Amino acid sequence: MRHSEVFNLSSIAPEVRIAIRNLNFYYGRFHALKNVTMDIQTNKVTAFIGPSGCGKSTLLRTFNRLHELYPANRTTGQILLDGKNVLDHREDPTLLRARVGMVFQKPTPFPMSIYENIAFGVRLYERLTSVEMDERVEWALSKAALWPEVKDKLRQSGNGLSGGQQQRLCIARCIAIKPEVILLDEPCSALDPISTAHIEELVHDLKSDYTVVMVTHNMQQAARVSDYTAYMYLGELIEFDETDQIFTKPNQKATEDYITGKFG
Amino acid sequence: MNPIPTQPAERAPVPAGQARGSGYLADRLFEWMTRIFALLVLFTLLAILASLVVTSAPSLKAFGFSFLWSEDWDPVQDKYGALIPVYGTLVSSFVALLIAVPISFGIAVFLTEMSPPWLKRPLGTAIELLAAIPSIIYGMWGLFSFAPIFSRTLQPFLIQTLGKIPFAGQLFQGPPLGIGLLTASIILAIMVIPFISSVMRDVFELVPVVLKESAYGLGATTWEVVWRVVLPYTRAGVVGGIMLGLGRALGETMAVTFVIGNTQHLSPSLLAPGNSIASSLANEFAEAVGDLYTSALIELGLLLFIITTIVLAMAKLMLLRMGQREGTRS
Amino acid sequence: MRYTTPEIRRIYRRRQMANRFHLFMSVFGMGFGLFWLTWILWTLLSNGFEALSWSLLTHPTPSPGGEGGLANAILGSIMMSGLATLIGTPVGVLAGTYLAEYGRRGWLAPTTRFINDILLSAPSIVLGLFVYTVYVAHAHHFSGIAGALSLSLIVVPVVVRTTDDMLRLVPDSLREAAIALGAPRWKMVVMVSYRSAKSGIATGVLLAVARISGETAPLLFTALNNQFTTWNINEPMANLPVVIFQFAMSPYDDWHRLAWGGAILVTFSVLAINVLARLLFRQKSF
Repeated sequence: MRHSEVFNLSSIAPEVRIAIRNLNFYYGRFHALKNVTMDIQTNKVTAFIGPSGCGKSTLLRTFNRLHELYPANRTTGQILLDGKNVLDHREDPTLLRARVGMVFQKPTPFPMSIYENIAFGVRLYERLTSVEMDERVEWALSKAALWPEVKDKLRQSGNGLSGGQQQRLCIARCIAIKPEVILLDEPCSALDPISTAHIEELVHDLKSDYTVVMVTHNMQQAARVSDYTAYMYLGELIEFDETDQIFTKPNQKATEDYITGKFG
Repeated sequence: MNPIPTQPAERAPVPAGQARGSGYLADRLFEWMTRIFALLVLFTLLAILASLVVTSAPSLKAFGFSFLWSEDWDPVQDKYGALIPVYGTLVSSFVALLIAVPISFGIAVFLTEMSPPWLKRPLGTAIELLAAIPSIIYGMWGLFSFAPIFSRTLQPFLIQTLGKIPFAGQLFQGPPLGIGLLTASIILAIMVIPFISSVMRDVFELVPVVLKESAYGLGATTWEVVWRVVLPYTRAGVVGGIMLGLGRALGETMAVTFVIGNTQHLSPSLLAPGNSIASSLANEFAEAVGDLYTSALIELGLLLFIITTIVLAMAKLMLLRMGQREGTRS
Repeated sequence: MRYTTPEIRRIYRRRQMANRFHLFMSVFGMGFGLFWLTWILWTLLSNGFEALSWSLLTHPTPSPGGEGGLANAILGSIMMSGLATLIGTPVGVLAGTYLAEYGRRGWLAPTTRFINDILLSAPSIVLGLFVYTVYVAHAHHFSGIAGALSLSLIVVPVVVRTTDDMLRLVPDSLREAAIALGAPRWKMVVMVSYRSAKSGIATGVLLAVARISGETAPLLFTALNNQFTTWNINEPMANLPVVIFQFAMSPYDDWHRLAWGGAILVTFSVLAINVLARLLFRQKSF
């Protein structure tokens, strides 16, 4: 069987954080990802682009096994995080999700205070004293470039913030549990241009500490913030290379057509 | 469907003013007819209130506010007070909620977060069937089937265990009769479970999927998602559902009448027989003789109506708040 | 590795246990609900099945020890429920029409909707009391018509609510299309809105019928009871729920048997109407 082939770990280069091998994804009978194989580099920003429905979000959601919330979803193949297959059903996904954080399209502050939004995730994994927790909250909010704006209203509801602030709160919430990988699923699609610029800057800063994978429908955004870009179409990985390469001289005609706007 | 496009061309020459005139009149007529019926519904509530106040006047005059805290219920001497039935109504409904709320919550969580999709509909329907069973059936089942078993099993156990606790034990003392306040509460709980759980399920389903996903994305377990995210998000709706259940329990008549014992007797024990407003009415009203007796019973009905209306209005306000919040967020 | 430290493992195990415990309690809650449903239906079947017979449908209620059935009660129930539905449906549909079609601005529609929802859950015994005070007390006798009136007070809010809900589901583009063709508004409501909401409204009416078929409390002092068969709605009228109540509370075994027979009739009619309503509605939603 091709899909269950075990890969020799030594074939994975050391700077690779996530190695995807022959990943297939089925939504019911629909074959949504077809035999995807790719390597995601440590401390780099990788962007997935492609027309809507191409499977880029689906691929992202397998990295933290969020797809398993829906019983009709099925995968074959492997996603190796530091050499271990995260899709292994014997492992509980909750611990994986501590290592692989995610931020969604729409800002999703929880119905609680700004402080509690951050502390919620931390408490799932650590028992901190209140001083330590205060420090952690400040650290995470600072890292997400939100601290100066909210430091006087930590006890207020997260819903009172603007859309851009809410999204940075979600990023802070994700950082607070100190993940290794951050998944961003079209993080700017619901935001205005100024907030978008903020988030893009933030993504750029984050890569010194984290491996970032983002899905975007905005090619300029991919070109601006990512180091590597993957172009997907109808569930297949068409081309994956350094961003400069993809946007200047792509190998595939299909990629070039998409990039230049002839299609999609 | 008829090919509509050909019609307007033929109709166009009809003198516009004339056609509009008659159509306009019919329109106003129809609108007013519907408005009158809407007003009729609106005034039903006031009419009920007014008629009950008017007809309970003799009792209102004779007893005044002391009606509320008087323990008397003596048709022979024509002295009446509402304390025992009001106490029975409030206590049985309250205990019913203590049982029904956690169970309903569990059912709603099961249906929204745990059930495999193919089981959702049949199980949801089964729980809703509990609401479709007529209350008189609950009463018969309670009296003939549940109460005997209850008095042989759970009641002696409660008396042996909880009854021994100082203070709180008073709630569980006396002979295991099978019928009584606690029996009524349990049956009421079963009857309101479908109402509370279906409101809870509906409001849980209003929680944006992406909000739940982001909690799961942090590594939260299903329970943590439900307790820390879903429940706070839906708090107003959940409280509304509970109040709705309370409103139902307070006014429930037949099931309670069968099993509460219908005794004008105030006892601290939940196992003792008692009475409720609705069961007093059901048992005594048709046979009540004398103006004062009848009007005292009507005053009980008035009290029940006021209490349930307030509870239901609060429930509705809570649910409206939930709806509005949903509206502004999406 | 940071995520395999003993502390993380310990916290993780605690969380998993809390999760399992609460999810188990959810399953338990579901089971708890199903348990009572099964028990009640089983009691009903085991006691009621033997009481079912042809004479139940053909003979009127007996005196204790006598032979008889429930024919007069069945007739009374059907007559009063039918009459209540005939009174309640037009009132409910028209009021619901106002709420959904005309009351989009102003205070009347939201207020009525609010009050209607309260009436929807108002204690049915109070509705009986209301009809007693405004009708029975003045007519000086109990009657089938009084019973039907109090039942119609239960029908109206149910029909108002479903009519309102169903009409509001009709897309505005459909209304605009009709108006754009030059149809007057009332015609638009009748031809377009009612037509698209038809099965939804019918479902509401069926649910209302199901609800009143088993209602006892409002009939206790409106229709009362009647040992004999009567077609006259101006006389006290026997009906299944009140007969069941009276017979079940009596000390006579043969009355108990009849009560169980009546109980099984009532319950399965109500459940059947409910299922029918659901089927009707499901058909509509596809």
